Amino acid sequence: MPVILATDLIIYAVFLATVFLAFSAGRGDGYLKQVWRHIRKDRLAVASMLVLLAYGGVALMDSIRWRDPVVAEDGKMARTAEGEKIFSAEPLSLLDRALSGVKEKTEKTFSAPLARRLFVKETMEPQDGKAVGAGLQVIRDYPPLKYPGTHLLGTDKVGGDVLFASLKGIRTGVVIGTGTTVIIIPFAILFGVMAGYFGGVTDDVIQYVYTTLSSIPGVLLIVAFMLIFGGGGYEGGLVTERNLLWGFFVPGDRLFWLCVIMGITSWTDLCRIIRGETLKLRELEYVQAAKAFGVSRPRIIARHIVPNVMHLVLITLVLQFSGLVLAEAVLSYIGIGVSPQMGSWGNMINTARLELSREPAVWWNLASAFAFMFALVLPANIFGDAVRDALDPRLRMGRR
Amino acid sequence: MLNYIIRRVLYAVPIIIGVNLLTTLLFFYVNTPDDMARKILGEKNVTPALVEGWKKEHGYDLPVFVNPAQNGIGKVTRTIFFSKSVPLAWLDFGKSDRNNIDIAYEIKDRMWPSLAVALPTFAIGILVNLTLAMGLAFVRGTYLDLWGVVVCVIMMSVSTLFYIIGGQYIFGKLLVLSPISGYDTGGYAAKFVILPVVVGVISSVGSGVRFYRTVYLEELGKDYIRTARAKGLSETAVLFRHGLKNAMIPVLTNVVVSIPFLFYGSLLMESFFSIPGLGSFTIDAINAQDFAIVRAMVYLGSILYIAGLILTDISYTLVDPRITLE
Repeated sequence: MPVILATDLIIYAVFLATVFLAFSAGRGDGYLKQVWRHIRKDRLAVASMLVLLAYGGVALMDSIRWRDPVVAEDGKMARTAEGEKIFSAEPLSLLDRALSGVKEKTEKTFSAPLARRLFVKETMEPQDGKAVGAGLQVIRDYPPLKYPGTHLLGTDKVGGDVLFASLKGIRTGVVIGTGTTVIIIPFAILFGVMAGYFGGVTDDVIQYVYTTLSSIPGVLLIVAFMLIFGGGGYEGGLVTERNLLWGFFVPGDRLFWLCVIMGITSWTDLCRIIRGETLKLRELEYVQAAKAFGVSRPRIIARHIVPNVMHLVLITLVLQFSGLVLAEAVLSYIGIGVSPQMGSWGNMINTARLELSREPAVWWNLASAFAFMFALVLPANIFGDAVRDALDPRLRMGRR
Repeated sequence: MLNYIIRRVLYAVPIIIGVNLLTTLLFFYVNTPDDMARKILGEKNVTPALVEGWKKEHGYDLPVFVNPAQNGIGKVTRTIFFSKSVPLAWLDFGKSDRNNIDIAYEIKDRMWPSLAVALPTFAIGILVNLTLAMGLAFVRGTYLDLWGVVVCVIMMSVSTLFYIIGGQYIFGKLLVLSPISGYDTGGYAAKFVILPVVVGVISSVGSGVRFYRTVYLEELGKDYIRTARAKGLSETAVLFRHGLKNAMIPVLTNVVVSIPFLFYGSLLMESFFSIPGLGSFTIDAINAQDFAIVRAMVYLGSILYIAGLILTDISYTLVDPRITLE
């Protein structure tokens, strides 16, 4: 039984948009092709793009998921009294299935990268042949791992593989980085264009709304919102075909609501930019000409205004990406981000930070979470700059 | 200019009302006053009479937005929204819902630890960022400049958490130069403040230096700079006397707008370094569902934001005589 989370839809949308952009950039001689030519000259940007695509691929793999039916003891499908099939509570994604070998190799607790023994000493029975003196004697030593030398980045407190946990964090990072902007794009375009094109009362009202929103301290808004809506999401229990919306769609988990509220706080910027651009476009000759020909206003907006603000949307999307990924980690760290069960770098850092005070310190959890985050954010920054320069050289100056 | 300021202040009124409306809406969307009372009185042994008593005592016995029982203007004024929002205008924050503490007193008390961290971070941060940015602009086009920008991009790609945890680990645990977290009153505060300030400044360097460098270089590309060079001024005079003065406008925009963040922006730093400032006050209040405190803090935050915007405009006239506010 497939399971689609609202956040999966975001990933699918981003995936489709990427395919569409790649397709239109690769063919014909349009605007996007020129943009791509500009980016292609920058080797660093191309390398960054490849890294981003790899991250995107992992995120996509982690967003295709389905539940396996529970198999009863007699080998048949487990069914409820009413004859409904019972499915396992946890849907497994393509990534989980591909890496099930890594996922299931759990140890007892911490172990260093590629270690052969556990990180903490345990009281244990002496092994055969090593026994000294009486048979009852026990020794304290580092017990050998169940799977020695296979944990590339070590294991965490409950013995889970750190590499696997870091890979699971990728989806969360990508969803926050893209989803936040994707969710607000329709609203930002609609209101921004309306404010800029219609002017008058419409403009006043929309400006009032976004000034009000941006006057509220962003962090406070996020904290309050997450406390109110953060409880949402599927809580577990017996999973049958009936108790999910349309059988497979999960409307909103904490990650989704986090995207929504961060979208609301960052919506104002995009809306303001689009409004400004529309004000400029409205006075250009081709729009005036369309108006003189008697083209209707919705048509002018759809044909002449919206396509000409889309580059701003793209720029905002790539420029906001890195900041949002970093913000997710901070928010999860202070406990208002994604749910603690969800794989995310913020959660990894949160659970691992106190272990630094051990002697010797447990550093590999933190190090891999930070490394994975860094390896996403750095290419995003570089690629973002390249895209901005290619799409709009005028914006190169004066913006962060 | 006075006219302009008055108009801006008047324009702020509907915005502040909107902010309050939104705060109230968000807070009471899932939480009815009854839920609030029950939560604060403790989940157990709560009788309806106790709930009513608490609501009456704290003024939550009215409807939230519209009171149908009243006539005329009372429909709007005899509500939680109105009765709670209006006193905010003269900074009467009232008492907190949970412990009946005086919010204004608490804010005055907790302001100092917040400022002790935020002000130095802000001032030193600007100084360091501007200096480094001008240094890079001075050697622009060289390998030093190139690598400077590369380092900036790398630094802004590193999570703030890394700086915080790394700082606490290196300075607090390995070198034992400063306490890992905490706060003390008076002069003892200094040793607790140093680490958050250093971490705050370092985490701002990446994006800050890059931004100021861009601004500065843009200014150096202008005609009057060429004229200054042509008439034989030294490079230092060009950069610092001519360039810096004119680059002040975008710099000021960036600086003044971040003034309200002094107040609550160190919220994250405060929660990481357990500093008993306004940030942690607010977070605690939200966790405890104390509407009175949240309302007060959001109100203060938005006032400071709007004041910051007006100050930005005023500061333009100070650095650029061509700008007049009409």
